[in-house]
Amino acid sequence: MSKYMLLIYGDEQQWETISAEDMAEIDAGHVAFQKRAGDRILASGQLEPSSTATTLRGDGEAPAVTDGPFLETKEVLGGFYLIEAADLDEAVALSRELAEVRHAHSGVEIKPLVHHG
Amino acid sequence: MSTPGDAVAAAHRAHWAGVLAATVRITRDLDTAEECVQDAYAQALRTWPSGGVPDHPAAWLRTVAGNRARDLLRRESVWRRAMPLLVEEATATAPDPQDADEPPAVADDTLRLIFTCCHPALSREARVALTLRLVCGLSTAEVARAFLVQESTMAARITRAKKKIAAARIPYRVPTAEELPERVSAVCDVVHLVFTTGSNAPVGETLVRDDLVGSAVGLARTLHRLLPVAEPAGLLALLLLIDARRATRTDDDGRPVLLEDQDRSWWDREMITEGIDLLTESLRAGPPTRYAVQAAIAAVHAEAATFEATDWSEIVSLYDVLLRLWPSPVVKLNQAVALGMRDGPEAGLVALDRLAAEPALATYRYLSAARADFLRRLGQWPEAVTAYEEALVLTDNEAERAFLTRRLAEVRRSQEA
Repeated sequence: MSKYMLLIYGDEQQWETISAEDMAEIDAGHVAFQKRAGDRILASGQLEPSSTATTLRGDGEAPAVTDGPFLETKEVLGGFYLIEAADLDEAVALSRELAEVRHAHSGVEIKPLVHHG
Repeated sequence: MSTPGDAVAAAHRAHWAGVLAATVRITRDLDTAEECVQDAYAQALRTWPSGGVPDHPAAWLRTVAGNRARDLLRRESVWRRAMPLLVEEATATAPDPQDADEPPAVADDTLRLIFTCCHPALSREARVALTLRLVCGLSTAEVARAFLVQESTMAARITRAKKKIAAARIPYRVPTAEELPERVSAVCDVVHLVFTTGSNAPVGETLVRDDLVGSAVGLARTLHRLLPVAEPAGLLALLLLIDARRATRTDDDGRPVLLEDQDRSWWDREMITEGIDLLTESLRAGPPTRYAVQAAIAAVHAEAATFEATDWSEIVSLYDVLLRLWPSPVVKLNQAVALGMRDGPEAGLVALDRLAAEPALATYRYLSAARADFLRRLGQWPEAVTAYEEALVLTDNEAERAFLTRRLAEVRRSQEA
């Protein structure tokens, strides 16, 4: 088995004005995903909006603490799952349950974790 | 008289993919498998001249490559356990294919290899490059030449793709029924791209690259034999219907001959018949795919006894259907040309002018060439000269340049007369 991080990205403005109907569809997607993935989900979480983010960075100096996300982009990381799957195809198949993959303003990025033997 | 060297070359063309696919089963790692297969062909070159060509070259090569792979695995087993391996379905067990040239499992292995190379999680460029390299057995230098990039660029692209296959664990298997439509389309796309690159080489001295065309037709055949569904049937139909005209597409000097000047008695009738049968099969198997519609257009040309007898109305309407399935600027251009053939060059020019705003066509050599041809037919010499000059600037293929230069000289003479 391999570990994959599923990163759910979306447009925050769209997210704030989302209709109840779309919200229900997204919730249903997560329920379906969790049901199907079962104990292959190792960790998961929904993130607070990027206005709540704090970034530490510096160039060789002591890192400065600043307000805001690491990158200013329209699509931000809104949530994640850390799962176990046999291969990429299985990770993709599971991700298809998430309603975010069907909307133009959101999507899921699948990244394999480095495999330490 | 064929020599052992010819036999190795023939075995390379015919069995590279099968031998590699069988070896990947053992190594579960593409790079190692490739090395073992290369070793096996090198050993064939060394031993076949003295020991004779084996009765079953494919089985011989699979055995030698397989032994080499097992050898490497034994030697490096500790180190290898730490490596990411190409995933294989646990249920996939096949008989050891040593006693016949084409056991059924081998064909299935090749299909797995094709689907692994054309996985939708790889970029389109990577899919084409990997297919040519791993399934068709072209060298990295040859793949680079076919796609107009530096060999180092292509080598990096192939390495990156192989790394993603290993790190993201792209499985080595034929997709499930649920995934099949998307995957078959990706594979068909790649095969079609290999074919178009081979039949209209964008650079080089010849218009047609026989090696690429041959590889593409071979892949389409394999795909259709193994997955007789609508899309591969339509693709194979299209490739055969176009390839049937190969002998007449260029003259003795390798220069392009336009459809209207081709000697139709040289068209390959067997290929045309097979293509039309496959087209019928494809249309019966499901809703029309873009390849089936393109094949239908090629079939209208193939069935016309003369250029003048071509049913241009039918072709224009088929392009309408095609544009709904595949709204590409190049399809619009082809439709504009067909419209000009149906309604006359003025109508053709109006249709082409409407496309001038398409950014994708701004530097497309065939747009200028098509305008030049309509202007020539109308006797608008100065405008035709300009259009031919434009087309010449945009083309890098020597054969096409020679053709356009000849036409330009003709229109210049008419202008002066």
